[in-house]
Amino acid sequence: MKFYFMHLMPYADLDLSYDEKHNSAWVTLPNTFFDPKKGHQLYNRYLDELEYADQLGFDGICVNEHHSNAYGLMPIPGVMAGALARRTKNVKIAILGRALPLLNNPLTVAEEFAMVDNITGGRLIAGMVRGIGAEYHSWGVNPAFSHERFQEAHDLILQAWTQPGPSVFEGKHYNFEYVNVWPRVYQDNPHPPIWIPSQGSSETIEWAAHPDRKYTYLQTFASVSTVARYMKMYKDVAAGYGYEATEDQLGWSLPLYVAETDEIARKEAKEHIEAFLQKFLRMPMEMLLPPGYTSVKSMVGALSAKAGHAMKQTIDSVIEEGKFICGSPATVREKLEEYQSQIGFGHLLTLLQFGTLPAELTRKNMEIYSKEVMPYLRNVTSRKAA
Amino acid sequence: MSFTESTETITGCNVRFMRGGKGAPLLFLHGSSGAARWAPFMEKLAESYEVIVPEHPGFGASDSPEWLDGMSDLAFFYLDVIDHLGLDKVNLVGGSIGGWLSAEIAIRNQTKLNSLTVVAPAGIRVKGLRKGDVFLWNAEETARNLFHDQTYAEQMLATPPSKEGLEVILKNRLTTAKLAWEPRFYNPDLHKWLHRISVPTLIVWGGDDKVVPAGYGPAWRDLIPDSRLEVIENCGHLPQVEKAERFVELVGGFIGEVTR
Repeated sequence: MKFYFMHLMPYADLDLSYDEKHNSAWVTLPNTFFDPKKGHQLYNRYLDELEYADQLGFDGICVNEHHSNAYGLMPIPGVMAGALARRTKNVKIAILGRALPLLNNPLTVAEEFAMVDNITGGRLIAGMVRGIGAEYHSWGVNPAFSHERFQEAHDLILQAWTQPGPSVFEGKHYNFEYVNVWPRVYQDNPHPPIWIPSQGSSETIEWAAHPDRKYTYLQTFASVSTVARYMKMYKDVAAGYGYEATEDQLGWSLPLYVAETDEIARKEAKEHIEAFLQKFLRMPMEMLLPPGYTSVKSMVGALSAKAGHAMKQTIDSVIEEGKFICGSPATVREKLEEYQSQIGFGHLLTLLQFGTLPAELTRKNMEIYSKEVMPYLRNVTSRKAA
Repeated sequence: MSFTESTETITGCNVRFMRGGKGAPLLFLHGSSGAARWAPFMEKLAESYEVIVPEHPGFGASDSPEWLDGMSDLAFFYLDVIDHLGLDKVNLVGGSIGGWLSAEIAIRNQTKLNSLTVVAPAGIRVKGLRKGDVFLWNAEETARNLFHDQTYAEQMLATPPSKEGLEVILKNRLTTAKLAWEPRFYNPDLHKWLHRISVPTLIVWGGDDKVVPAGYGPAWRDLIPDSRLEVIENCGHLPQVEKAERFVELVGGFIGEVTR
């Protein structure tokens, strides 16, 4: 199993009473809530944390893309990846964006990723996503064409990376007379690893697991039962295609907090994970699920599910569901070992900073996790593999 | 309520129709919330006209065809519908995006039209005059913003949709997004060609429209040469619902006036 340090770079200085007047930290929350002086401090602190992960022996670090919100301050994740490319030496750098359908020219992603891949000598992991629903409101891009634009942009980027240029691309949404991206990708056999982060979608799994692709499916922030269900679905789809999915094709991303004891962990994490859940993630359904973002059928399901449990997420509810792992090193080791052996994921992306979690607690979390959890799990899983 | 329902296959697409009444043909093109039910204004119009109400491709019980990518596709499709039904001297009436669609049909081919009525049509942009963001409104905001008289909104909110009803609502929203998400509820080229509409045109607007503000009315009137604007006070985006009697009176009067 491989270990990654994932960052969202939230605007941790957000005035949490914003929701007295505004119904979301996304799309319409006025950017006057953002203070560039604090932003300067936060960006540099967060980059330091990502660089520290390299020193602590993580296998990779992950940056992320979201637009017009306080939840994550990386609208252009390539800027972060570029800064990290030179300041880290060993870690893989996963860019988990880019939201392809938002772009009028997806070749910018082919170029940006190829540049990072060249600078790092092949440490790039190329994420491809559709973006969350809110992005379609912020960018004005039509969600009804989200799926087709994603497929087409993906095909275009793959063509740019794998076919000698110049070549012609003839699509519905994108057309190019000269696909000829300079630089070529460093990892050119055949291309950099592609990861597909998803909140859980059978269509995405069908597509990612196809033998032509075998992309790593990354389940983001979801209950353990959901993670298990989707990863089993991936394995079943792969089996249906006549091959066995490897652990390398399955990843899980979740927030985690480890401290000296269970009590300390819970006490230190509570306020910050609840800010993450209740303030930074706050979003009405119309923002999260614009028309066409998912099929009508899954949208009916989501809307009925919402009506069922519109209850507030708390530290207890997310620990209970296994959406958040929190506790002493022994507790965290035990849970991860159990989940890994049940579910069989090969990439574990931990969000060790979340919501308002301050710098000193983030570092402590990273240190305990990398010293007391990671090595143990590395042994367990490599023993199992051997 | 006297109307009949049928499904007809036109250009490979199954379309659900409601029909009622006798007289000169009146083709009503619905807005983004579809036309699932035979509404009181349709019944009233059916006293004087043969009222024909299709559900557009991508809405309600009609098919969602592969070829439907935007308003232009829908406008050309309706030229096929007019041919298929053998309509002549038809009175075309459209509300909201149905009004936009009606204008798109008329600029393409108006030889079969007797008159055109657009009710609070989307389709053009007046800079600085912002339309409501219907895609961001929740059910309550939608109901409240659709009507001036809030008893209509409360009626709408008092009966939440069934699962099947919700499916139709979401299907209609998806097609509305296809047609109107970006550019938002308008065609950047339409205003350039509205001058080609030569059939008599009636523009109806609710004075308190929060979806497409009544300020758009004069812009439409100025762009279509033989047109008249009627603003109904104390009325929201759906005059045919909220002020059904006044609406029918205006449409009937106008058609009577322009029919030779």
